[in-house]
Amino acid sequence: MTTLTPFLPVKQNSLRMALVIARREIRDSFRDWRIILPIFLLTLAFPALMNFTARRAIAFADQYGAEIIATQLIPFLLLVVGFFPMSFSLIIALETFVGEKERNSLEPLLASPLTNTELYAGKMLAALAPPLTASYLGMSVYMFSLWINLAWRPEPELIIQVMLLTTVQGVIMVAAAVVVSSQATSVRAANLLASFIIVPMALLIQFEAGALFWGNHAGLWWLIVGLGLTAVVLIRMGLYVFNREELLGRDIDQIRLGWMFQVYWRRLSGQGWNGRFPRPLAWYRETLTIFPTLLQPIGMLLLAFGGAVLFGIWLAYQYTLPPDMQAELTGANMAANLEQYAFLLTALPIVIILQNVRVIALQALLGVFTFGVLAVLIFMLPWGVMAFLATQFYLAGQNPFQFLLAAFVPHALLEFPALLITTAAILRWQVVIIHPSPDHTLSENFLMRMADFTRIFLGVGLPLLITAAFVEAHITTHVLQMIYG
Amino acid sequence: MIETENLGKVFDTFTAVQNLTLNVPAGQLLALLGPNGAGKTTTVRMIGAILKPTTGYARVNGYDVVTQADGVRRSIGMLTEQPGLYTRMSGLEYLEFYGRLYGIPDKETRAKGKAMFERFYMAGAEDKRLGTYSKGMRQKVGLIRSMLHNPAVLLLDEPTSAMDPHSAKLVRDAILELRNDRRTVILCTHNLAEAELLADKIAIIKQGQIVAQGTFTELKQQLLGRPQLEVRVDKPLNGQVKELDHLVTVESVANDTIRYRTDNPDLTNPQLVRCLHKLGLGVISLQPVSQSLEQVYLRVIEEME
Repeated sequence: MTTLTPFLPVKQNSLRMALVIARREIRDSFRDWRIILPIFLLTLAFPALMNFTARRAIAFADQYGAEIIATQLIPFLLLVVGFFPMSFSLIIALETFVGEKERNSLEPLLASPLTNTELYAGKMLAALAPPLTASYLGMSVYMFSLWINLAWRPEPELIIQVMLLTTVQGVIMVAAAVVVSSQATSVRAANLLASFIIVPMALLIQFEAGALFWGNHAGLWWLIVGLGLTAVVLIRMGLYVFNREELLGRDIDQIRLGWMFQVYWRRLSGQGWNGRFPRPLAWYRETLTIFPTLLQPIGMLLLAFGGAVLFGIWLAYQYTLPPDMQAELTGANMAANLEQYAFLLTALPIVIILQNVRVIALQALLGVFTFGVLAVLIFMLPWGVMAFLATQFYLAGQNPFQFLLAAFVPHALLEFPALLITTAAILRWQVVIIHPSPDHTLSENFLMRMADFTRIFLGVGLPLLITAAFVEAHITTHVLQMIYG
Repeated sequence: MIETENLGKVFDTFTAVQNLTLNVPAGQLLALLGPNGAGKTTTVRMIGAILKPTTGYARVNGYDVVTQADGVRRSIGMLTEQPGLYTRMSGLEYLEFYGRLYGIPDKETRAKGKAMFERFYMAGAEDKRLGTYSKGMRQKVGLIRSMLHNPAVLLLDEPTSAMDPHSAKLVRDAILELRNDRRTVILCTHNLAEAELLADKIAIIKQGQIVAQGTFTELKQQLLGRPQLEVRVDKPLNGQVKELDHLVTVESVANDTIRYRTDNPDLTNPQLVRCLHKLGLGVISLQPVSQSLEQVYLRVIEEME
């Protein structure tokens, strides 16, 4: 046996550690012909094929004097040439993250001094570097051969956009693959789950193709920013799920509906571990303790509210109603309309309540898939419309504040806080995936925040909305009559 | 060197380990025994700072497993039940990779790796791809990896499973050398003979709890009672055993053999020999009946059931 020298801790450099991981992974990928051969073909043969396609398309379109169509096709093919090798990043990522778990080679790595972030960064780099290089190389081959054959030179802006799009798409695919891998214990299961990445990516490519075809470069810049933000969110999520505790501590192949319901119900009902439920007053007191945690989302929503109002005003100036319609926009007309539909007033509160509940359900549902973005947009919508209408009144020579006071203020005094608080709870729940509490698992975090939202909705939001609906039907209408009648 | 106090781990609603208290000083080897799913792997993972304990604490080489996880990971070498090698790498490449993670220069890793390969009778295989290695060879590479950075603590999960007897002996010798070199070792195994041979201390874990702990002698005494002794005589016993009742507790009698227990063998054994002699029986042998760890283990497990 060799002599064992005393253990000496070594100083660690995170980048060096990540590169050690990346180097091993890349070397491993390069030894797998199933990865290397297609990448090689897509780097060299595919650009040549696309080049041929571009030339044939131009020749064909030229016959009918539609060269503009063919010209617009060339940038799209550049995008395709870049994307195809990049798509391998998804395969490599699934292999490197979940494959390692499946082959039991992950645990020795987790027992080493590597931090979760170093391991994650190394694997990300390994999954991105070969396809990204192939992608850039493929695009260069394509552009070079088009320059030789057709003397076509892309604008620098186009090159930058396509390269950025390809890169950010790769990062998204790899970051999403990490999230998918965390929910699978075999490459096969991960491949099945990967359709959640491939399908949106395919749709994205079509959208990008449309933007390129129409030459909408500003739209592409916005898309790059949006995708960049998505990548950041997914990386943040990936960093959370790719850790020792989550990787080895969970039995993730089972859907435990009973457990899920238990976590949710306990949090919602306030049921203690002794099985006792709190009294209603105690439940309310507990619910109110959630409020301080809503301050941040409320602040964000107030900003969104301000943005919606400004956007409504801006829109009203952009699309001012024609004079004949402006003439109709009087308080007297509103009051007359109201009288016409007076028979509906009895049913109005129920209609209003149902509509508001439906909107909140929609916010909750769509927000889950968009990290709360659509929930915020839906929240902004009525206030934007309100500002738009008030500005139209102003542009028609009416007093917008009188209009707001008559048509909105009485019930909005209750409806606005109700929607603000409920949406804040939705937002707090839906962003938990990006920033979960370290004391609980991701699923626990999600279920507990969902229960908190339900508590806020049932305990605060719904009673306020019901009251607001009655105020809208029975008081706002009277105020409107008083002011304009 | 390894110290745990009321260590526990709960996965959602499942309690994997609870109230686990251990103390393994430097240079000692603790064998952690228990049926499948008893919580051995979870315990090792907590001690190795891979999983965070839900309750209690653990210190390894002076480092807390939660707040000083990095120090713990630098201090340990872990061999998992499945060595989990990268099959497209050669043995040396694999060791170099791990060496880099511990900041060991490649040259040093190569030299150490080659020596270890030789030590485990695998010389010549170090440049071959790990995919071509036999199961036993892979296990040995896993063990070499865990020892590469000279860790103060070794956590070994089934180190000799899948090995032929010769290889298993080599590995056992290596483990003993490590222990003699003041390394602290936790050995999880189902091989009770191996545990008996190597362990200074034994802990039996069941349903996440330690149900018996101590040296082999302590456990034997605690669980199997006073040692049993066996005396063999030169003639068949024809009911003469009754004459011995006032001296010892006779447990069983065969044709020419008596098994008995006594509180004070130093005093009673000479008296017993004299008594047998008076009865006209010559003593051929008198020896303690061997008690194996298997008996201890089975007693513990059966008692729990």
